[in-house]
Amino acid sequence: MSVIETAPTFDLPGVDGRNHALEEYDDAPVLVLVQSCNHCPYVLAWEGRINALQREFADRGVRIVAINSNDAATHPTDSFESMVEHARESGYTFDYVQDESQEIARALGSERTPEAFVFDADRRLVYHGAVDDNREEPEVTAHYLRDAIEAALAGETPPVADTPPVGCTVKWRS
Amino acid sequence: MTIELLFWEGCPSHPEAKALLQEVLGEHGIRAPIEMRKVRTHEEAVELAFPGSPTIRIDGRDVDPAGAGSPPVLACRIYRFADGSVSPVPSRQQLEEALA
Repeated sequence: MSVIETAPTFDLPGVDGRNHALEEYDDAPVLVLVQSCNHCPYVLAWEGRINALQREFADRGVRIVAINSNDAATHPTDSFESMVEHARESGYTFDYVQDESQEIARALGSERTPEAFVFDADRRLVYHGAVDDNREEPEVTAHYLRDAIEAALAGETPPVADTPPVGCTVKWRS
Repeated sequence: MTIELLFWEGCPSHPEAKALLQEVLGEHGIRAPIEMRKVRTHEEAVELAFPGSPTIRIDGRDVDPAGAGSPPVLACRIYRFADGSVSPVPSRQQLEEALA
């Protein structure tokens, strides 16, 4: 599956009780979409860092949106109700939406959770892949997502534009 | 001693778990082979009471008893540690305790 080149149009229900559409983020100089879910230990390992990035870049207008496309029929812990609970317990500072039809995951070309897609002001993809280079935060040496956001804010090309995402597979409907 | 490592290929953590297990077994001088069992379907997961990948059993006992009773599922397993952290693989301490 190939990765998308421009941000996909979406309008998806969020855990805050309202829908979130691509146009809502028009003012954001950088938009980050993260394929995510509730049940994956790799997401649990990285979600705190994603949360920290949203806090760090909020005053510069960067928006992060986590998208859960997993089939809740086979993985009930990924139900919308569980998403609401998980976002509350984990103190998410970013929007968390459900892609029940899996259309956005297919459009993005997602394979794993977590998997990040960074779009610049023109909503062109400038980075795709892992948050950083190590599941264990103290061992991280390369901050791919942070570097990509900084580069996109500066109108520059990220030093690394693509890395293999590490995590659970997206749970597709059979 | 029988050592089983049950895994589902949709989760990338079993090579890391196997490497850690081999390391701990080596440190304990245990030469018993690791039996790798691939779980392919939900039906197999149910039959094997597989709570996620990877699952390590030593003489039939799960190295993480707290998570052993989770519903059978083809997904990555979450290992929760006393300090509140989580991991896709068991800790060295869990493996050592299971071998003690």
